[in-house]
Amino acid sequence: MSVTETSKIEELANKEYKYGFVTDIETESLPKGLNEEIISQLSAIKKEPPFMLEWRLKAYKHWLTMKEPHWPNVKYDPINYQDISYYSAPKKKPQLNSLDEVDPELVRTFEKLGISLEEQKRLSGVAVDAVFDSVSVATTFKEKLSELGIIFCSMSEAIRNHPDLIQKYLGSVVPYTDNFFASLNSAVFSDGSFVYVPKGVRCPMELSTYFRINAANTGQFERTLIVADEGAYVSYLEGCTAPMRDENQLHAAVVELVALDNAEIKYSTIQNWYAGDKEGKGGIYNFVTKRGACRGVNSKISWTQVETGSAITWKYPSCILQGDNSIGEFYSVALTNHRQQADTGTKMIHLGKNTRSTIISKGISAGFSNNSYRGLVKIVKKADNARNFSQCDSLLLGDKCGAHTFPYLEINNPSAQIEHEATTSKIGEDQIFYLNSRGIATEDAINLIVNGYCKEVFKELPMEFAVEATKLLSVSLEGSVG
Amino acid sequence: MLLEIKNLHANIEGKEILKGINLKVNIGEVHAIMGPNGSGKSTLAQVLAGREEYEVTKGEIIYNEKNLLELSPEDRAREGVFLAFQYPVEIPGVSNTNLLKTALNEIRKYQGQPELDAMEFLSLIKSKMKLVELDQTLVSRSVNEGFSGGEKKRNEIFQMAVLEPKLAVLDETDSGLDIDALRIVANGVNKLKSEKNAIVVVTHYQRLLNYIVPDFVHVLYKGKIVRSGDKSLALELEEKGYDWIKAPSDSVEVA
Ligand SMILES: Nc1ncnc2c1ncn2[C@@H]1O[C@H](COP(=O)(O)OP(=O)(O)OP(=O)(O)O)[C@@H](O)[C@H]1O
Ligand SMILES: [Mg+2]
Repeated sequence: MSVTETSKIEELANKEYKYGFVTDIETESLPKGLNEEIISQLSAIKKEPPFMLEWRLKAYKHWLTMKEPHWPNVKYDPINYQDISYYSAPKKKPQLNSLDEVDPELVRTFEKLGISLEEQKRLSGVAVDAVFDSVSVATTFKEKLSELGIIFCSMSEAIRNHPDLIQKYLGSVVPYTDNFFASLNSAVFSDGSFVYVPKGVRCPMELSTYFRINAANTGQFERTLIVADEGAYVSYLEGCTAPMRDENQLHAAVVELVALDNAEIKYSTIQNWYAGDKEGKGGIYNFVTKRGACRGVNSKISWTQVETGSAITWKYPSCILQGDNSIGEFYSVALTNHRQQADTGTKMIHLGKNTRSTIISKGISAGFSNNSYRGLVKIVKKADNARNFSQCDSLLLGDKCGAHTFPYLEINNPSAQIEHEATTSKIGEDQIFYLNSRGIATEDAINLIVNGYCKEVFKELPMEFAVEATKLLSVSLEGSVG
Repeated sequence: MLLEIKNLHANIEGKEILKGINLKVNIGEVHAIMGPNGSGKSTLAQVLAGREEYEVTKGEIIYNEKNLLELSPEDRAREGVFLAFQYPVEIPGVSNTNLLKTALNEIRKYQGQPELDAMEFLSLIKSKMKLVELDQTLVSRSVNEGFSGGEKKRNEIFQMAVLEPKLAVLDETDSGLDIDALRIVANGVNKLKSEKNAIVVVTHYQRLLNYIVPDFVHVLYKGKIVRSGDKSLALELEEKGYDWIKAPSDSVEVA
């Protein structure tokens, strides 16, 4: 790369920083291990105000009293928490000169996912010519948001620049005492995203981590907080369809959502972490705590997720329906193949009156994988006229995989209306032959059936995301038959 | 010649079902295959469509100058073979329109024709719906899911109308149809019949053959075609049943 090109990119990168997309840390990694000293150093590197360090230390002390949970229906070797480095400077990916230098397997997958050439380069760390689209897009995007008073920045920046909001809301939905992985995250989280949408503002575009380019290395312990003030609306997209590799095996993120009176938050995820090889070796453990609080009256939170990656997924996006008339929704497609294990579902906690929740869960198991749905619907005594509808379907491809459903109900108010439907089906040879006999090849036949099965969830995704999700499923299922 | 089956033998689970079928079908012809229950009619149809569970142990099938047995089921469909199933399967979640759009475009791609866009496709299925008097709600529902027996059969012919095969094998499409539906379906098939395709109908009832008039009628019994004739053979069977055919072929091996 020529000198002028390099400086141009640096210039763009700096411009980025000006708009707050990049954190300015250039420190080396911290040594492996976890103790108070390490946490203090981490907080210092990140130039955090004292309240943050205090909070991290409290979380750490609490974490020491906790035990790693083993109730999910997943199996893995013990994790050595002292063998992890809890901070490493955002590394620049090794720069490659062209896509020819990229793992051909990866390029093949990109092509099948329909990811554009420019985007393929960006994702795999190939040097991109002077002006790459996403930068300029991100910049105009950012200006538009600030006009409306919307804050969208990295968590590190938010801690420094908006301490009042952070102190008010961080940990208010998922306290540091919540669970083993959430406590660990609270103590050591490295970065993440922060969104605040002020009163009465409808965020005019989908907010996506995609626009926070360079933020790729948020690390194993990501922290996200989204606050929609009264009457506000925001739709947030997390993740992307491109396969994400990471040398860190353990990922324990926390996502907190807060919706005040009449506010609505839509949170969509496509998760495609590296799942390991066909034997399941080397895949990511994804232990996430995602929770939304419908704190205000008439507020609404929807979680939509398409989970295809990770060796092990342990994840229950939940809604606490505090405000009267508030609504919680959970739409999920979880696909497991090869040796993957997923234990996922949701919790709908009805505290307010006339609260409603909907759960649509579609599990797809192929290969030797194991897919469990675990869901809790809880209705407290005071929650009059609460309603829940749950539908948990499992689809099996082949007979070496497993699907399990664990629905839990805690109903303490007689006016509650609860409906639960569950089905398990299998893609039959006769269905595939029928489609073959109409000119459709087996893999396309399976995609057709799987996409039909997931329709109710996909329609909740923003358009482009839905298209990507469809392609992603077909790539993930490749080779699962025949 | 469009189709030539020579000395076809096929097994399922080690049991021989087809025991030397010979059949020639020219373009523009209509053939009817009749025969008692369990004689192997559906087996023959499924073997033509390429169902793997049936193992062909002997013989060959030449279709359009190609060795049909070497083609995958989807390639057979793309070459113009269509089977209307005796028992169409239900595919929840996949709409009829989606199936047909995918199928049609796969076939067109294979045949080197441009794929249809959404508008062209919609106007095509509209006109085909009229042909079998199928209503919109049925077309947009999931494939065969919750369809009545007769609706499923009518849907098979609707698919045939959209895919316009060269060789259509209709396996008992008439059974389960009420009198009006039988007439509608048969008229539909007649409209699809042309000098460019051929139709093989498997049926138990002469009544269908009043509408779809066959050039040849074959009787399949115990895995062999034991008698062939023109449409009068069907009338004869209607009148006399199968005993007169069964008796000689049970005692003497008919080649
Ligand atoms: N999957 C199978 N396993 C075992 N036997 C089978 C299987 N499929 C078909 N057969 C047997 O093969 C024979 C021929 O069946 P086939 O369905 O071809 O008959 P058919 O002539 O179509 O009868 P019908 O008029 O009742 O439709 C029957 O004896 C049937 O039981
Ligand atoms: Mg039959």
